[in-house]
Amino acid sequence: MRVGVVTFPGTLDDHDAARAVRYAGGEPVALWHGESDLKGVAGVILPGGFSYGDYLRCGAIARFSPIMSAIIPAAENGLPVLGICNGFQVLCESHLLPGALTRNVGLHFLCRDQEIEIVNVESSWTGDFTSGERIIIPLKNGEGSYQCDDKTLEELEENNQVIARYVGVNPNGSRNAIAGITNKRGNVVGIMPHPEHAIDSLTGASADGLAFFTSLVKARV
Amino acid sequence: MARVIVDVVLKDEILDPQGDAISRALPRMGFTFAPTSVRQGKSFIISLDRAPSAAELKEIENAASTLLSNPVIETFTIRVEN
Amino acid sequence: MALDTVDLAATTPEINQPWRELGLKEDEYQRIREILNRRPTSSELAMYSVMWSEHCSYKSSKVHLRQFGEKAPKSDALLVGIGENAGVVDVGQGYAVTFKVESHNHPSFIEPYQGAATGVGGIVRDILTMGARPVAILDPLRFGPADAADTKRVLPGVIAGIGGYGNCIGVPTVGGEVVFDKSYLGNPLVNALCVGVMKHEDIKLAKASGAGNLVVLFGAKTGGDGIGGVSVLASETFGEKKPTKRPAVQVGDPFTEKVLIECSLEIFKADLVVGIQDLGGAGLSCATSELASAGTGGMRIELDRVPLRDANLSPEEILMSESQERMCAIVPPSKIDEFLGICKKWDVVATVIGEVTSGKHLEITWHGQLIVDVPPRTVAHDGPVYNRPYKRPEYQGPLNAAGVEHLPRPQGEQELTDAILQIISSPNIADKSWITEQYDKYVQGNTVAAAPSDAAIIRIDEASFLGVAVATDCNGRFCKLDPYQGTQLALAEAFRNVAVTGAKPLAITNCLNFGSPEDPGVMWQFSESVRALADGALEMGLPVTGGNVSFYNQTGDVAIVPTPVIGILGVIDDVRKAISYKFNGEKELILLGETLEELSGGEWADIHGHLGGLPPRVNLQREMTLANFMYAQRDYIAAAHDLSDGGLAVALIEMLLQSKTGAKISIHGDPFMHLFSESTGRILIAVAPEDSNYLVGKATDVGITTTRLGKSGGENLEISGVLLLSMRHIKEAHQRTIPALFNA
Repeated sequence: MRVGVVTFPGTLDDHDAARAVRYAGGEPVALWHGESDLKGVAGVILPGGFSYGDYLRCGAIARFSPIMSAIIPAAENGLPVLGICNGFQVLCESHLLPGALTRNVGLHFLCRDQEIEIVNVESSWTGDFTSGERIIIPLKNGEGSYQCDDKTLEELEENNQVIARYVGVNPNGSRNAIAGITNKRGNVVGIMPHPEHAIDSLTGASADGLAFFTSLVKARV
Repeated sequence: MARVIVDVVLKDEILDPQGDAISRALPRMGFTFAPTSVRQGKSFIISLDRAPSAAELKEIENAASTLLSNPVIETFTIRVEN
Repeated sequence: MALDTVDLAATTPEINQPWRELGLKEDEYQRIREILNRRPTSSELAMYSVMWSEHCSYKSSKVHLRQFGEKAPKSDALLVGIGENAGVVDVGQGYAVTFKVESHNHPSFIEPYQGAATGVGGIVRDILTMGARPVAILDPLRFGPADAADTKRVLPGVIAGIGGYGNCIGVPTVGGEVVFDKSYLGNPLVNALCVGVMKHEDIKLAKASGAGNLVVLFGAKTGGDGIGGVSVLASETFGEKKPTKRPAVQVGDPFTEKVLIECSLEIFKADLVVGIQDLGGAGLSCATSELASAGTGGMRIELDRVPLRDANLSPEEILMSESQERMCAIVPPSKIDEFLGICKKWDVVATVIGEVTSGKHLEITWHGQLIVDVPPRTVAHDGPVYNRPYKRPEYQGPLNAAGVEHLPRPQGEQELTDAILQIISSPNIADKSWITEQYDKYVQGNTVAAAPSDAAIIRIDEASFLGVAVATDCNGRFCKLDPYQGTQLALAEAFRNVAVTGAKPLAITNCLNFGSPEDPGVMWQFSESVRALADGALEMGLPVTGGNVSFYNQTGDVAIVPTPVIGILGVIDDVRKAISYKFNGEKELILLGETLEELSGGEWADIHGHLGGLPPRVNLQREMTLANFMYAQRDYIAAAHDLSDGGLAVALIEMLLQSKTGAKISIHGDPFMHLFSESTGRILIAVAPEDSNYLVGKATDVGITTTRLGKSGGENLEISGVLLLSMRHIKEAHQRTIPALFNA
């Protein structure tokens, strides 16, 4: 199964996302920001990093790239899209997901192994988890605080659009300890921590993150 | 020569940890005025050959709400300087 | 003012030139006139002044650094040695690893964030320019006392700068050190080490060959940053009354560097360059003169073609600018279109600014007029060489006579307990997570171990699990007590930190941070230190592949303690077999190595404000025996941690805290001495109980002393008959210090 991995100028974790797709049994396909050809992939990952150096706002410039002009309508038509960290920021800036990510309440960039709880296993990227499952994957960012207005927050909770929450001390001040959300349809998922850095306990926090990728790869096979 | 200044700031309900940190730092540095809050924002200074027409101002407003600010969390004001 | 051309210089010999303001000495200025047979143009003067500064020319250190070549051990692993941008070693399976450490001390005192950020940027480009992908960063950092006001100004900025830059370019920061000492107040040390990986055939060198090949400047545009940074900042001490040197600090843009990295690697893969150099200290002056000097002919540059951020820069300023994120490549004309095409894809500014010539000179023109015409070797390599006088300081004798023996020692449970809590919570020993959590250690997905591991471990090959281990170390107080022994102690410690993971040490890099070379006492420290490192490298069979010298780390008369930071790179054939620093389950704890009474210069002495006596003895042969043992027995060792600052007390507590368990141990003899002595050549290992007899036997076979301390388990640290401390209490003391000091 072919999964696209986008590279914007400044993207950092594209190789890691590609590796995660391979480990999950899929075939990663490199997608360049400047082209609008999705190459017939069955899903797309927007990886972590500092696209455009986080200039203006995180993800604000990447959102206007040619590849996004192809991804946005495809996502609206049901293409599974996973935005990790900076990818999540791009999805919010593109309005494929509601809300926005702002500066960590502690002000510092924070890289730590974070426990999160998966609370929605219906989305395209979380089907391989069991509801309430707790996993440990790395969190590494300076702008990871999920913010939205009260109405949006109510909707997200009512519609079961929160897919993961932080366990324990809230690391960045995200409302309702939200670590990841999905759209109403369940095909677009944004997650702040990095599952691609937890696919192998040799180099990662654990192997807990692999299920994000197998959820998609296995589901379609 | 004219300048159009777009000031962008986080909406009141959005947490601004940078503004809070500044607000805490001021008394520590010995300043006696006691702000009830400090908010940190951004200023975009757009220089033009001449004062913008009404249509151009409308365009700048559009740019402000789509690119220069994120309406989900930010508000902006525009002023023109000659 | 009229342009100062070569013609004008030839006809106006008597003009007064600002050689002193540019940092040159009178005899150096006269020498330039002799070389050129006329007065230099202002552009040439600018070039010589930056390139002949201490930081660039190594004029005070060259005569001593020669020993690294003279005493170089035979090493099959060395592919590129001293003289290039960074050393390169063969690690097997066709892979070559390049690594180097550099300093950015003075800029970090002036502007902590940008000083540290651009320090990282600079060393990463040095590695990139060798043809490698940068894969890891380590940061040896030294600050004044942790509670000093200026440390609170400098430290957070430096950490934020390293994180801000390193995280954004996507290179994991996986190790380093943080040391506090009063001698660094006013002279913080910010050293940065970078490791890069490539295949043998990818190695690139910095030389301009082939007349007609094009000289291409690519990366960021050139602005007024850091003009004269090296000459003005790094070659002089900070005086009490001199004006602030703010204008000379460089500003970094990590996004531009990240894009430059990807662009360059794509260019390398397409084999489009015959030579490449990054622009660091002394900017274009350095890149052009070094490339030309190392090449076969000359070079002609049209300086007005350099893309500028600031159109008002004069030619002199352009030549001296230290704007970041720039590289200079030598490209054959047949490949230039493809080269420029790749730059366009990545949105990297690239400009042909000149070409390699068949002459022997470096010629630079400005709008058609010749403003520089010099033999490049005289700029880049034949700078002044000083044989500075050195003399053992008068204070050395009395310093060594005043050992720590007379200091009252803790006795009994309460005092020993207090001493342990005091040392575990002291800033040098305390938990540094507040710092290390500001660094991304995961990016690139190859980090097998990062701080607080003794060595950082990076996987190189996903299929074969080949990897490298890297560590840096230096105890400046030991070096003050005895620069020769202290330097070999630093070498031993870095070596041991790599060996403790089961890796095989391969090569050495070094960052020698010292006070003013104009002080004979400091020069003595330097000469002893270099001699020690060269002797030690020979004895251990490890080549010194390159490094950096930072002089003038002093304010007024007070120099920093001599701080020769040693970096060691080792290879691990299978990172899955690397020995961890933490264990699970019940283990037996065994101390390898002999403990003697050696407290002088150690952490306990430092907490009591004492520096005197002689440092611990070093035995390099014993370190090598230990290293071989660790590798041979790695399958039987569950966890290992080397002993250094704070001795056994600290090493044991660190291992137990990481393993989330307590222990019950016994100490035979004076508990204080055994807990706090800093004898070298010691490693603490955790072993499955069924393997302990076997291991002790194997250790004894090779002459390693073993002491069976006891077993892990429980929630307390119990030393039979001596003390009982809860691990929770210890953890709280360990973790409280740094956030309390630096969390704004």
